[in-house]
Parts: sequence; structure tokens; C-alpha cells
Amino acid sequence: MNSNILVIIAASAILYGTPLFYAALGEVFAERSGVLNLGVEGMMLIGAVTGAWASQHLPGTSWLVVLLSILVGAIAAGLVALLHAFLVITLRTNQTVAGLSITIFAGALGLSSYFANVWHVAAHPVNHPIRILNVGGWADAPIVGPIFFSQTILTYASWVLVVLASIYLFRTRMGLNLRAVGESPATADAMGINVIKYRYGHTIFGGMLAGVGGVYYSLTIVPTWVDGMTKGAGWIAIALVIFGFWRPDMTLLGAYLFGALQSLSLTLKARNVHINGDILNALPFVLTIVILVALSSAWARKRLGAPAALGVPYEREER
Amino acid sequence: MKSPLRLERRLTQPRALGWQVPLVSIGGALLLGAVVLLLTGKNPIDVYWRIIQSGFASKTALRGTLVAATPLAFTGMCAAATFRIGIINIGGEGQFFVGAIGAAFVGIAMDGAPTSVILLSMILMGALMGSAYAALVGVLKAKFNTNEIITSLMLNYIAGILLDYLIFGSKSYLRDPRSMGFPTGKPLPKGSWWPTYNIGSAVIPFGFLLAIVIGASILFMYKRTRFGFEASVIADSPAAARYSGMRTRAKIISVMAISGALAGIGGATDVGNFRHVMDAKGLQLAGYGYTGIVVAALARFNPFSAVFVAIIIGGLTNAGYALQGPDFQSGLVGTLQGLILFTAVAGEVLMRYRIRVRNNEKNVAVAS
Repeated sequence: MNSNILVIIAASAILYGTPLFYAALGEVFAERSGVLNLGVEGMMLIGAVTGAWASQHLPGTSWLVVLLSILVGAIAAGLVALLHAFLVITLRTNQTVAGLSITIFAGALGLSSYFANVWHVAAHPVNHPIRILNVGGWADAPIVGPIFFSQTILTYASWVLVVLASIYLFRTRMGLNLRAVGESPATADAMGINVIKYRYGHTIFGGMLAGVGGVYYSLTIVPTWVDGMTKGAGWIAIALVIFGFWRPDMTLLGAYLFGALQSLSLTLKARNVHINGDILNALPFVLTIVILVALSSAWARKRLGAPAALGVPYEREER
Repeated sequence: MKSPLRLERRLTQPRALGWQVPLVSIGGALLLGAVVLLLTGKNPIDVYWRIIQSGFASKTALRGTLVAATPLAFTGMCAAATFRIGIINIGGEGQFFVGAIGAAFVGIAMDGAPTSVILLSMILMGALMGSAYAALVGVLKAKFNTNEIITSLMLNYIAGILLDYLIFGSKSYLRDPRSMGFPTGKPLPKGSWWPTYNIGSAVIPFGFLLAIVIGASILFMYKRTRFGFEASVIADSPAAARYSGMRTRAKIISVMAISGALAGIGGATDVGNFRHVMDAKGLQLAGYGYTGIVVAALARFNPFSAVFVAIIIGGLTNAGYALQGPDFQSGLVGTLQGLILFTAVAGEVLMRYRIRVRNNEKNVAVAS
């Protein structure tokens, strides 16, 4: 029963969707504060390479190293996000170009690849990959086993995170303030909310989540570093925020849909179903465009809840 | 807590800033790059010296630099062209790929025709493919207001997969039937190769001369024609443009098509002038489209300046190819290019704002 193709697709949707979710949730936080972060791809790759490095070099027991590697990846990506925050919040530069500069600087042909070469990260697989667990020995249970009981620790953490993030955004004072900053920074400022602090904080935290998504690539999906290994996942994560209506729960569903698409060619190949692999690989990108078109009319954007001040720098003196 | 510095909006922009800011940007990028190099245990002065040596300091270096600069001139113009209308086309990468596909097809199929006819057809085919691919983004933007950044980026990945499909995933017309183990593209017949000229002691590829001519015409179009004027109005205020009766949607689509055509011609140049084959892996590793954005930003989105800025960035790229090895890691050049874009973006702040040291409150009280 567990070799049923639908069960396999559902299980791998979660396996492959998890890093997309982390990156997309990070982008939700940044965009809710009014900062468009197009550097996600670069931040994921920095997280992936530093996480892989940490896994190869840090001493300690396996679970400790895994935890530290995740932390290292998150901090490194958070530092890159700090650069972005400085450019767009303090210097008020064009957010699109600033984000692109981050992705070019840190991305597949940039700093992540340089670090990998200098530190010889690609030379051998990581020492302590993030393993797929067998929770309570239920992994072999019919249907639910592979889907719910044999995932990685980061997947379980993401399920907690989605609840916490929803509560934070919609049920706490800070979440309310955050949404106010994204909708109308001038009003928020007048209410005594520190707009600059909120924007910096959430952009950096968002970058850290993107870094965790990156670590998931280098420690779980391919437990070895490969240049440019996220293959556009960061960009899909940015699109996912729109599909997810800037809400954590919907973003999780979107991430799993794309996770399913990304894993489809592997799953079908393993089942000897012969569909051209290139066509399957192109599917997530084609679907992104199709959904984006469907959701992109002005009416839809208003209904979906795009933060009104998204992408607009805040200048107190120019109100 | 107040920061000691504050930004004050400039009322006028001094002309000299137009070249000072890019120079400061490059200097700033080199400084930041030095930090990265020091952190990874390298000597920045040594690394920069070797980049200058193998990028600019000899005849062979300059020859390689012009070869590397030519595709970047086209992708740089591509990125600069849409920025003038307030749209960001980061699909130069994909438009470059489809241009290369179209040009390779023509170059192989027209074997036997006079070289000048083939050359012209390759340019036209590259332009046509690139502009059709970019117009798709333009139509989605104009009709549905779809975010052009994400759609053009997705199309880059799709074009990359198309390259893989044509060479590795199928027995297409462009795949060399003689390549058995590792599939490669079908080489272009000699008659389809673009010329290279020896002017004085310099060796200049035809593609680069083409870039200069096209860059000048695009600049003329933006500065001196009604089309260019309307484009700049749309960039400043789409609403005002619409009220005055300009056809903003049509303009967005045509600017995207022009931009895509530029990248597509770049792809044709890559096939006709340099590689003489549609190299699926090489094209994807080069990242011309993304580097073009760096070129455009440093040229302050002026299409004609982009051609010359491309020489600087091309020199860096060329040095990267020449030096790549155990003590000059790949990825370094990309890092430096990213830093240049980073500082060029930050440099725009100097254009728009004056940085003032905040007066402390006491002095203000005395003065008044």
C-alpha cells in the first residue's frame, strides 16, 4: 500500500516542499513589513554552503552538529539579509535592483560558489546529513506512515512554525504592528511604532528562514554541496508568497504543491514511467507563470491582501 | 536613537556625478571584495593585480576581454532598455538562449549561402526569437499586470531547460549526430562564422562593432524620438501618460520586444562570432543575462554607455576564465560582479541625496 504512487508523491511533496516553505515564510515576514526581498535565492545558497561547511567541520555528536549547522546557515543568510535591509531601508534604494544584486552577489556564480571552492565543501558529502526519521516506529504504517511519520526534523519544526507564525501575525500586538508597518508606515510611525526597527528585524529574520531552507538542500535533499543547488527554489518561494496570499498556512499548501511537482520526475523515473524529464523539470516554472497570471489582476491583489506599502521605501520627512 | 548621518534630497543633480558615482561604485566594490578576500585568507592586492594583468594589460588579454565583453554589451543594453520605461527585464538570460537557438538553426540550415546573407539572417533570427520571448512577458505585464520580474525569471529557467532538451534530451536538429557519449551541439559550417577585424593592433569581433552601432541607435531612439519621450513619461508617471492619450500597454510590449531583441542578437553573436556551436552547458554557466544587469546598472541604464562598461566587466570575466585554478577559485568573479552591482545600487543614493552630518540640537538653537 505504501508503494502506491499517490502515497509516494504526497510524501515527497512534503520532503521537497519543506525548504520552499521555509524560504517562502521568510519572504512573508519581509513583505508583511513592506520589504520586497528578491535576494532569497542567494540567501538560500549561502545558507546551504555554510551549513554544509559546518556539518563537515564542527565537532560533536550528530544531532548537535545538525542543529549547529542549521544555526550557522541561518546566521550566514541573516547577515546577507542585513545587507539587503541596509540597502533598501536605510539607503532607500530600489528594492528590486537591490534584491537582484544580492542574488547575483551571493548566488550560484558568486559568493556561495566561491566559499565552496575556498573551503573545499564539494569535495565530499556532508558528515552529518539531516536524516529522515522514523517517528515512534510508525514509518511503515499504511499510507500515513511515509507521509507523516518519516520526515525530517525540519519538516516537523515547520509544522510548529506555521502555527506560531499564524498566531504571531494575526493574534498578537507585534503581528498587528507588523501588518500596520506594511500597510501604511506613516500611520504606524504616528502610532509610535518604530518602522525602521520592524523592517530590519523582519527582513533579517526572513533571510534566516531562507538560510534554513538552503541548509535543507545541502543536508537533506542532496547531502553534498553542488554549485547553484537550489536551482531557482528561491524565486519560486517569492512567487509562493503571492499564491499563499501572504498567509503562512496557505503558503505551506503552495509549497507542498510545488514540492510535488519538483519531485515528480524522480518519482516517475523510479516507477519506470517514461515522460521526458526536461518537460517535467519545466513544469514548476510554467505553473508559476500560469498561477501568477491568474492572481495578478489589481482586483485579485487587493482581495488577496498584498501589503499596500510593499516595495515602497519609508521616508519620514517626505510624507 | 538618531543616526549621526542623514540623507537630504538633492534638488539638482550635478552632471559630473554621472561619471563620478560609477567610479566610486567600482572602488567601493573593490574594497568590499578585499574584505571577502582577507576573510578567506587571500591577499587582495595580489588578486587584483593578477586580474588587471590577465584582463587588460596585454594584447591577448584585451582580445579575450572584447570577446567576453560582446555578449555582455548586448545583455547590458537589454537590461538598460526596459529600465527606461520603468520595467525590469531580468529575462535577458533566457532571451539570450533562445536567440542563440534561432541563430544556430539558421547558421546550420543556410549552409552554402553567401556569408553576408547568413550573417544578416542570423542577426534577424536571433532578434526575432529574443523579442518574441520577451514580448510574452510584456503581454502578460500589459494585459494582466503580472509581475514581470518573476515571469521573466521563470522564463530564464524554462529557456535553460529548453537548451538541455535540444542537446541532451532529444535528437534535435541542433544536436550533433556524431557526438556519441556526451552529446554536443552541431558545429556551424565555416561559411556561417562571423568575421573578426584587425584594426591597428586591436582584434575586434564583428559583434562588438554591431553592439556599438546598435547602442548608439537605441540611445538616439530614447533621447530624440517621440517613442523615447513617451517611454520616459510612462516611466515617470503611468497615470499621466494614460491621461494624455499615450498607448501605455502597447508601449510596454514594444519596449520589452526591443529589449528581448537586443539579448537575442547577443545570443546570435555568441554562436556566430565565438563558439560556432549552440553550447547548452557553456551558455548556462556563463550567466550573461545576469551579468548584463550589473553592466546596465553601472552604466546608469544608458544603453550606449553599457557597451563600454561591458569592457570593464568583460575584462573581469575574462580574467576569471584565464586565472581559474586552485589559487583563483571560480565564484570570485561573480562575487566581485555582485559587489559592483551592490555598490552601483548604493551609489544611486549619492545621485539622489546629499549625505549630511546631523547638526546637534544646541548649535541649531544658537543659530536661530
